[in-house]
Amino acid sequence: MVQDLGYLKETASQTAGPYVHIGLTPNFCGIPGIYESDLGSAMVNDKTRGERVTVTGRVIDGAGVPLKDALVEIWQADAAGLYNSPSERRGTADPNFTGWGRCPTGAEDGVFTFKTVKPGRVPVSDGRLMAPHITFWIVARGINLGLHTRMYFPDEPAANAEDPLLCRIEHRHRAETLVAGGTAPNYLFDIHLQGEKETVFLDI
Amino acid sequence: MSNRDNGRPETGAFFPRDRGWHPPAFTPSYKTSVLRSPQKALLSLDGTISEITGPVFGHSMLGELDNDLIHNFAKPGESAIGERIIVHGRVLDERGRAVPGALLEFWQANAGGRYRHKKESYLAALDPNFGGCGRTITDENGYYCFRTIKPGPYPWPNGVNDWRPAHIHFSIFGHGFAQRLITQMYFEGDPMIWKCPIVGTIPDRRAIEQLIAPLDWANTIPMDARAYKFDIVLRGRRSTFFENRPEGN
Ligand SMILES: [Fe+3]
Repeated sequence: MVQDLGYLKETASQTAGPYVHIGLTPNFCGIPGIYESDLGSAMVNDKTRGERVTVTGRVIDGAGVPLKDALVEIWQADAAGLYNSPSERRGTADPNFTGWGRCPTGAEDGVFTFKTVKPGRVPVSDGRLMAPHITFWIVARGINLGLHTRMYFPDEPAANAEDPLLCRIEHRHRAETLVAGGTAPNYLFDIHLQGEKETVFLDI
Repeated sequence: MSNRDNGRPETGAFFPRDRGWHPPAFTPSYKTSVLRSPQKALLSLDGTISEITGPVFGHSMLGELDNDLIHNFAKPGESAIGERIIVHGRVLDERGRAVPGALLEFWQANAGGRYRHKKESYLAALDPNFGGCGRTITDENGYYCFRTIKPGPYPWPNGVNDWRPAHIHFSIFGHGFAQRLITQMYFEGDPMIWKCPIVGTIPDRRAIEQLIAPLDWANTIPMDARAYKFDIVLRGRRSTFFENRPEGN
């Protein structure tokens, strides 16, 4: 026998189910009055520094149909490449930028929209810079464990070419699934759960 | 708030997720997963600063009734119908440390098993005094509690005769984006837990048992509400043993 490390097991995930909007965006869902506004619905204000961008997209299933009961959250650095988080030790992020957004996919069209700023570059632990990116987390009915992925920007070819994560993707054409379409300031980022265009999801 | 080492927020990467403990993506007995499960291998990467950081949720954002589902949608002087319960517990990480400042959001069906949603078609009645959602933030010791009514079980279209056991959905946001978790809490003694295809997506019986809240008789409030205790464990993070890197570690 040896000493017991004493670690606990992470609580197992369960699907968010069909009514995740009740819990996380009740105002959107037609349950007004419990919360003043839905959390994560505003990331920027008038004073936020940086280039304003809009990211819209859909979460598309294996039959090509956009999910209308999904919830998407994003997390990103500010325009200077700093996270608005206590674990950010490199400096102080823009106090007028939360960095975190939450959006349900629309009941009619399955579209999500985030109004945010373009993030600056942040380094990995060995100092190499990552390309500007937004981290995504997707939950929905039928998704048993929330999916992590990232969106990169189409107008950053040089930074993308040296991004440590994008460079790790063995099948080069799949790296394109992480690069948004559209042009500044309106980017389009569809997430494909399955099929030829399946988005690269992360175990991170 | 954040876990602190020597007064500083932690910056270590999270322990890798044990993906054999969580449900796999493709679980045909839960039919909706068939077209919504990624089929290609995930790209594995040690956490970067993009995943080990996360926003702070302040107690100031909470309304007085946010953790009281019996009253937060009810007309003044009225309350939701059902068995009054308290759900309480701690949010810990895999190292057994408390996670203070974690945002917990929960949603559930009413006592009859009906959700307040326009796509909901179950014939059980709506309760005009029950909205079905609430939230709270863990305190310095990772502790949380809320008041609600016990949700009813409900049928759902999957197999011909599938029913969900009584459950409360939980969304938990700890200190890092990589810790993000959604799960469900079940109730001790419910025989329907073991018949449910969604519960059955979890391969390990011990992982299922970790989702079943025991009746907490000691904390039951006489003449008022029974208590159920539900502890939640989020991913732990590595210690930053050597801090000789200027950034991003
Ligand atoms: Fe449910």
